[in-house]
Amino acid sequence: MSETRRVVVSSLTLSAAVGIFALSFGVASVSAGASVWQTCALSLFVFTGASQFSAMSVVGAGGSMLAAYGGAVLLAARNLVYGLALSSSAKSVAGNLPRRLFAAHFVIDETTALALAESSPKLRKIAFWTTGIGLFSFWNLGTLIGALAGSAIDPQKFGLDIAFPAAFIVMLMPHLRSKLGRQAAMLGGALCLISISFLPVGVPILLAASAVLVGVRNDQ
Amino acid sequence: MINEAPANLWLMIIALAASAYLLKMFGLVVLGSRQIPKVFDRCLGLIPAALLSALVLKDTFSVGQSLIFDARVAGFAVAVVAAWRRAPLIVVVVLAASATALLRAI
Repeated sequence: MSETRRVVVSSLTLSAAVGIFALSFGVASVSAGASVWQTCALSLFVFTGASQFSAMSVVGAGGSMLAAYGGAVLLAARNLVYGLALSSSAKSVAGNLPRRLFAAHFVIDETTALALAESSPKLRKIAFWTTGIGLFSFWNLGTLIGALAGSAIDPQKFGLDIAFPAAFIVMLMPHLRSKLGRQAAMLGGALCLISISFLPVGVPILLAASAVLVGVRNDQ
Repeated sequence: MINEAPANLWLMIIALAASAYLLKMFGLVVLGSRQIPKVFDRCLGLIPAALLSALVLKDTFSVGQSLIFDARVAGFAVAVVAAWRRAPLIVVVVLAASATALLRAI
């Protein structure tokens, strides 16, 4: 198998797998009270999974739009770091300024991971764009199908209110591999549980973000 | 369920889309290959761990501002075990939803 083909195949395989995530986002988002259009708009224009899940989870629980927005933006902040990591090869990946501005929409976990896994500029470019375009297509297709399916059934009856936490658990697992990750998760979870009964809905999620400060003292 | 008007949800979606794009674009196009302090980098990397854990607990143990122990706990337990054993997402969600639905039906 040629190098190019290897990169394309792994990018598209990952994209298809992520489509399943989108399916559960679609179902969970309409179950939380968004319309099919609003659900699709989130996937088309926000296009960063954890933030979309988080926003609808807070909104669905009756939280304010500001609290939902705050948590989602915090989760989107890591894309800035991905952009930085990619920027050393930004010209070779995306070319001139207009193309880099377009490419920015696709700077997410998966495109960054697969592009930076390649060492040659040519393969980086192929990995970035096949993952970006492939994932965008499957993500939005999955969202649409999930949203249509979710609006046709009674979410409570099928236990679909558990779809959000189940997806969050899957997303959380890789972060628990490091000691700092486990500390942040435990502290964040504790802050949320302690404050849920007296802070407005969604705000405990913002408070939990302060748990990242375990990264300040722990220099390793 | 949603407490505010659908128009407010649209506003939030637009604001979130703009912010998410600006964050991605800022790193890739504006900052370039400038180095950011290590400690800042590490803290940003910990955001998902802190927030996802909080979101899991909120979605499992609360309704609005009340802490509640209901059928979702069964789905939560099943999801933790399945995810721990590296089951694919769709399997985790289906198993968790089935556990919760089953407990509600009996």
